[in-house]
Formats: sequence, structure tokens, C-alpha cells
Amino acid sequence: MSQLVVENLEVYYGNIRAVHGISFHVDKGEIVTIIGANGAGKSSTLRAISRWMVKVGPETRILFEGEDLLRYPPHRVVSELGISHVPEGRRIFGNLTVWENLMLAAYARKDREQLKRDLDMVFDLFPRLKERRDQKAGTMSGGEQQMLAVARALISGRRLMLLDEPSMGLAPLLMQEMFKALREINKEGTTILLVEQNAHMALQFAQRGYVLETGNLVLEGPTQELLANPKVKEAYLGG
Amino acid sequence: MEQLAQQLFNALQWGSYYALIALGYSMVYSILMLFNFAHGDVFMVATYIGYFVAVGLLGLASLSLLPLSNVAVFVLTLILTMFLASFVGIGVELVAYRPLRDAPRASAAITGLMVGIFMETAVLAALGASRKDFPLLIPPITFTIGPVHVTNLKLLTLAMAFGLMFLLHLFISRTKIGMAMRAMSFDYAVVPLMGIPMNTIIVFTFALGSALAGAAGILFGMAYPVLDPYMGVLIGWKAFVAAILGGRGSIFGAVVGGFLLGFIEILVAATLPSTMRDLIAYSIVLLILTFRPYGLFGEEYSARLRL
Repeated sequence: MSQLVVENLEVYYGNIRAVHGISFHVDKGEIVTIIGANGAGKSSTLRAISRWMVKVGPETRILFEGEDLLRYPPHRVVSELGISHVPEGRRIFGNLTVWENLMLAAYARKDREQLKRDLDMVFDLFPRLKERRDQKAGTMSGGEQQMLAVARALISGRRLMLLDEPSMGLAPLLMQEMFKALREINKEGTTILLVEQNAHMALQFAQRGYVLETGNLVLEGPTQELLANPKVKEAYLGG
Repeated sequence: MEQLAQQLFNALQWGSYYALIALGYSMVYSILMLFNFAHGDVFMVATYIGYFVAVGLLGLASLSLLPLSNVAVFVLTLILTMFLASFVGIGVELVAYRPLRDAPRASAAITGLMVGIFMETAVLAALGASRKDFPLLIPPITFTIGPVHVTNLKLLTLAMAFGLMFLLHLFISRTKIGMAMRAMSFDYAVVPLMGIPMNTIIVFTFALGSALAGAAGILFGMAYPVLDPYMGVLIGWKAFVAAILGGRGSIFGAVVGGFLLGFIEILVAATLPSTMRDLIAYSIVLLILTFRPYGLFGEEYSARLRL
């Protein structure tokens, strides 16, 4: 059985429907990507899973490891189900230090020993953050802030990580570094659901993919197939 | 010159009241971007609570049920009042603001005002129009330093204000909840994604601000012992002005704004006819805000985008 099952997902902003009843699933340990143009509903889909700032339709069902996710308030989706969300635009706390950002992500955690190991892992993955431990996060470069956003998510919940455009605004070299770290995180047992406008990057990184167009899923399959699909090539990979 | 030195202590005393109350406005604003217009009335209710606690403790002491010295009564009154006042703040949050969390800010400001009026009239209905006299908890002693006379109460007020502000500073900079408050002031919306129950942080913020208002109430009641249900209105608005003067949502600004307002008021009163005090004092405030519309320590740009 899949770790995450989403059925008939509708997402509303007020009266406007951004996602029109899509269904998909993510298996434990997988890397899955949802690609699509700007405004296709990718962020809305992630937000529905983390129950963050959006309303879902009455027919929507979301199961995480067999549990009805919609019964959990947003903060408990993180602290109890272990689902973390790296939001679009990083959204790190610029007025806090790197260390404080990480400690805040550990707010609900009681497992001191495991937390210590997780912090070690985070600093191994991103040595840059260790160097900048006591620096105000807002003074770091965009790439470093993105590392912090991912590190923070890893600390707050590591069963499933939802990533919203992690490549945005990163220089190619940093982007490769970032995806290398994400693969490492996945190897350590974290399932990853990635949404990206950079379809090329996303399809190379993930094992399975979905294509979202104006709120509807139009294609799905192993990323090798999607990469070879003429429609995907034309619409998302620049012909 | 002597006159000026004398007035300095009055300014510091009033600055302490304003700063302690202004902190409550600023803390709530910094995390919720909301002006808690019931806060002046929280101060009023807290002062009444302080009155009843003090009278009760003095009664117990005089019946020799509890062997309490004056100082012990004061300390106990302060602690109990701050504790109870925090629940007044929590109550205001639950009734006036939580149900309107996703409503426009203007609606929440109005419900705050309404809850304030409710508290005023409820106190009036429960206790009648007769004014209560705050008991003398600490016998007055006047110290004479050269030409300047200072009462022990003024010194106590000042010491308490600075002591509490220091404790608040420690709380905000060192504790997990304080850290979450700072995070919320930067980007309110992302806080739940960290697994943090936002309502807990909000409740703590209201509780802290109201406890500080409670401390201000005790200090104020001892200096100006006549309590009435509308005592929170004017001082509440003035503390609000102090918070704006310091810069919306800035904790440091609230303290500076509070003391600055105290100084402006007292200096105007010392040099001009007292009926002119508020007229001149608030003209000065208006002038400052004309040139610094975001207050002394307010940010022109907030990183927060409410999505």
C-alpha cells in the first residue's frame, strides 16, 4: 500500500477552484515529481497535503500511512505524521540565526537523541550551514537559504518531504549540489514529493512523474517514459 | 534645574506605566498584525483584580490568619495579579480575536473595542459607580537627594518596569516560545509548517502582555489610588500612541515610545499650564509621526506577505 494516497483532490481559494479533482499516490521511499506550468496547481496540491492555507473539496480524501490526514491540523501533520513542507520562496526566518531556525523546526520534538543525530546529518549534508550556525539567516545567500529551508524540513518531519520549487533562483552548480543532497536524504529513508517548473531537472531526479495542466493530471508514468514522451518534450522540455 | 531633575522622576514614573502597557500592544501586533484595542481595559480589569487581591491579603494579614509583612503582601499581590491578569488577556483573545482569525483586520479591531466596552460596563454593573480606593501597600518614604525629593514608590515603579522588561527580553531571546514569537513576527504564515501550534504562541503572547499590564496596574494603583471602570481608556490610548510612536510591533520601540511619551507629557506640564498638556504633548507626537511615519523603530517594509 502506498504511503500517500490522494483521491479526488479539489483545492479552493475562496470560490476559485485551483485543482479539479486529481488522484495520485506516492510509495514509501519513492521520489515522485509533479511538473507543470506556472499556475497549473502544483503548489496548491502540496499545500493541500500539508493542510497549509488552502481548503479542499468535500469529496477529497488524503490518506497518509493509512491515516485520514484531513483530520489533522497543519502543525500536527508535521509533528505527528512527519510530513515536512519546503515552501516556495524558502520562507526561512531571516531575523533568527541558522541554529534558531533549526531549533524552531524541532519545536515539537521530544526525542533528544534522535534529534542530535538528525542535526549531525544536516550539518554533514550542508557543511555551509554549520559554518554559519550563529549567523542571521536573512544575511545568507539565496542558495544557503534554500539549504536551510531543506535542512529545517528535515528536522521538522522526515517521513515525507514536500518540496516546492527548490531549484528556483539557484545557480546551476548550487542546484546540482542541492539535488545531490536531496538524493542523500531520500537514501536515508525520506520519501520525496517534488513539484517543479524546471521539468528537465525534476524528471531526471525523480522515479515517477505526473503532469499537471490547469488543475488536471494529464499524464503519468515512470520519468524515463515521460522524458521520451513527445508531448512532454514539446511542452516542458523545450522541444 | 532642580525643578527639571524633580520632573525627571515623574517622567520616568509615567514612562514606566506607558511602556509596560505599550509592550502588550506591540507584542500582539508583532505576531498577529492586529491592534488589541481591548488592552487598555485589560489594564483596568487587572488593576481591579490587584485591588481585590491586595484587600483580601491585607484582610487575612490583619486577622492574623496569615502572618504577612507589608512587603510580602505587595509581592504576593503583584505575582497573583500578574497571573490572574494573564487570563483576562487570554479571555479577550478567545472571545474577540480567535473566532475572527481569518476575518479582515478591521473586523477584529472592532470586536476588540467591543470587548473593551463590555469589560468597562461589566465592571460598572458588578461594582457600581462608587470608586474603589487602592490600599496603601507600602508606606511612603521620601528620599532627599540634594534638592530632589523622590518617593520610594517612584523608585519601585522604575525598578519594577526595568526588571520586568529585562525578564521579557530574556523570555523572548532565550525560550522556545520566545523564539517562536520572533519567528511569527517575521513570517506568521510559515510557523505551523514547523510543527508549532500557533494558538499556543498567540495565547502566551496575550498572557505576557496582560501580565505586564497587571504589573502596571498595581504600580499605578499604589500611586493614584482611585479606581474607576473607565480608567483604562485614556491611559490605554496613550500607551497605544506610545507603541505607534516607537514603531508598530517593535518591542524595543514600545519601551522607548513609552518613556518618550512620559517625558514629553511631563515636560509640557512643567513648563506650560496643565490644561495645555495633552494638546501640546500630542501635537509633538503628531509632528514626530509626520516625519517618521513608521515610528522610531518601525520597519518601513515587512518581510511578511500574507498569502
